[in-house]
Amino acid sequence: MSGYNFAYLDEQTKRMIRRAILKAVAIPGHQVPFGAREMPLPYGWGTGGIQVTAAILGQDDVLKVIDQGADDTTNAVSIRRFFARTAGVATTTRTTKATVIQTRHRIPETPLRADQILVYQVPLPEPLAKLEPSRAETRQMHALAEYGLMHVKLYEDIARFGHIAISYDYPVMVNGRYLMSPSPIPAFDTPKMHRMPALQLFGAGREKRIYAVPPFTSVRPLDFDDHPFRLIRAPHPCALCGARDSYLDEVLTDDRGGRMFVCSDTDYCASRRDIAEAAGEAA
Amino acid sequence: MSAPLLRTEGLAKSFTLHLQKGTRIPVLRDIDLTLTAGECVVLSGPSGTGKSTLMRSLYGNYRAEGGRILARHRGDWVDLAGADPRLVLEVRRDTLGYVSQFLRVVPRVSTLEIVAEALTLRGTSHDEAVERARTMLLRLNLPEPLHALPPATFSGGEQQRVNLARGFIGGHPILLLDEPTASLDADNRDAVVALVREAKASGTAILGIVHDTPTRDAIADRLFHLTPLQAAA
Amino acid sequence: MNAPLLDAPLLEARDLRLSFGSIRALDGVNATLWPGEVLAIVGESGSGKTTLLNVLSGRARPDMGQAIYRDPEGAAHDVHAMPAPQLRALHRSDWGFVHQNPRDALRMGVSAGGNVGERLMAQGARHYGSIRDTAIDRLRQVEISADRIDDLPRTFSGGMLQRLQIARTLATHPRLVFMDEPTGGLDVSVQARLLDLIRSLVARLGIAVVLVTHDIAVARLLAGRILVMRHGQVVETGLTDQVLDDPQHPYTQLLVSSVLQA
Repeated sequence: MSGYNFAYLDEQTKRMIRRAILKAVAIPGHQVPFGAREMPLPYGWGTGGIQVTAAILGQDDVLKVIDQGADDTTNAVSIRRFFARTAGVATTTRTTKATVIQTRHRIPETPLRADQILVYQVPLPEPLAKLEPSRAETRQMHALAEYGLMHVKLYEDIARFGHIAISYDYPVMVNGRYLMSPSPIPAFDTPKMHRMPALQLFGAGREKRIYAVPPFTSVRPLDFDDHPFRLIRAPHPCALCGARDSYLDEVLTDDRGGRMFVCSDTDYCASRRDIAEAAGEAA
Repeated sequence: MSAPLLRTEGLAKSFTLHLQKGTRIPVLRDIDLTLTAGECVVLSGPSGTGKSTLMRSLYGNYRAEGGRILARHRGDWVDLAGADPRLVLEVRRDTLGYVSQFLRVVPRVSTLEIVAEALTLRGTSHDEAVERARTMLLRLNLPEPLHALPPATFSGGEQQRVNLARGFIGGHPILLLDEPTASLDADNRDAVVALVREAKASGTAILGIVHDTPTRDAIADRLFHLTPLQAAA
Repeated sequence: MNAPLLDAPLLEARDLRLSFGSIRALDGVNATLWPGEVLAIVGESGSGKTTLLNVLSGRARPDMGQAIYRDPEGAAHDVHAMPAPQLRALHRSDWGFVHQNPRDALRMGVSAGGNVGERLMAQGARHYGSIRDTAIDRLRQVEISADRIDDLPRTFSGGMLQRLQIARTLATHPRLVFMDEPTGGLDVSVQARLLDLIRSLVARLGIAVVLVTHDIAVARLLAGRILVMRHGQVVETGLTDQVLDDPQHPYTQLLVSSVLQA
């Protein structure tokens, strides 16, 4: 596509974003401000993630974009097409084939490798924002690692519901130092971040923040000794591929109460069905 | 030969009323008073000679202007005139008791707790303190139903007995009594006389202001006479 | 002759000076607070008593002078030279601050138990059950029933809110609590209960208190020593009952004689 620089953003902007990324990698979990640009889509549609992706994308990269685990939803399709046209890079829906994966609200079920980068779209980077409205105060709390307040939130959950009732965007400690929002991924995905071989980058366009978890970095969910973090998953196998270890979406099939549970990760589900089919034909 | 417990040397006190153009009222001058263990000294003299002022100065409620106030505190002599407030508070807690004419307490606190506090402040367990407070109040003829009530609504005589109970229960070696029987009837006066005699027998040195003659005769070993000073214009 | 009192002061103000423009809020203030004692700071509005409290507690910085705090190990710290993390940690552990308006200190959207437990969690407590046990204990100390532990502060009365604020402060066994008009703005009956509570807690737990009040009766009931301020200066200091019953300074005489007798 002519008239645009490679991957849409101009090189100066990419350089500025890369500097922010480098700093973010150097201080795992710390939010680095950056000069977010106007992108050709509205805030809340992944402008932060797109800018990070644009800054790190090379001509040989293979890009995968998922939205809630699916490769075929509007947001995923349009962002994938956006980079296919502005950068001319190869795209894929296969987790194993991608070098850069931009995601909204999920981590792929297939374990990621050290030669892959996971880019998260982040709406609200500040995990303390809902508890402490003052930005100056939350910055101070991060600077001094005063995170008692986050535990107050967990305490309130247990007092009210008997358990920690955070099902997504579960607050984590990165490298034992910074409290971080993992973006609105389900709590089910949180353990996948811990010591992940792939580099994890987080971009918040509206809030103009970038942060990162370098490969093989400790990422621990906050909890209490007597109320440890627990995985929550719908107690069903996937209706399509039979997986019992994947995160499930509930799909309504009719207006008479019919419903089914299927893998939220479409690529994972499809791969499993391919393998099962191949095995069936071989038999 | 009994040991002296409290001694004043050249004690002087006057008041300067800054709101009355700095009028200075001398009240006490050159007071040399000695109080020994087991004796009761009663201050005498017409009203306005500074008996209460002397009591309050000894207790540190008024600031002594000149001279010394020596008290035997934990085996040492300490000078209370111009002493560090913390020392005065410590002496009040352990050595120097004071029964004033007025009861000044935190509202809402029960009579029993007010009396018991004199003991708990010195390390007595709460249960024991409450038990001893109950006994002391009964001795002073304050009926049990009143113990749980705050004394704010009590009659003058009842409040005074609460004050007396609080003063006597601590067992301070030196006790100052400012008109302890002023609003008491004969029976209660007798109870006070008995308490004073017991305290004396156990070696307490007592200084009192007592206006009713029978009580004074019953407890005083000697009188200490104060003469009025001429007020300076 | 007088045996020296060997223990060291907990907090010392040394020649504190602070001006707001041409107004001298603190004009050479010296003060000492000893472990376990209650020191009242009285004076009229604008006398500098609240400014002194804020400077002593490190919430405001003086133009000159020092506030020295002695920690449990006996080491002296200049409050205003302390690194921010250390001072903040002190405010969450060894120190407490009771504001006149409890809404300034409490998290109104967090349950009573969460409010009390916050200081513990800030100190690294990570056992829900024991945090809750401590919260129940502290609520009981301030006469709030344990079954209110999960209620939001906004359902509490003014007196209860103030007691909750005190419970929150007590969570970490503070040695020193700053109180700014703790009974101000409360009904007299509620005030009496609070006074009684503060008095017994302070005596039982051996907490040192710097108490700012314009109410002389409150100072008399709670404080062993008193400091009378006017125009940023300490005009008189000493035993509370001595200063109030035999005031020496003209201003103190005026202050004491202006009190209404109930």
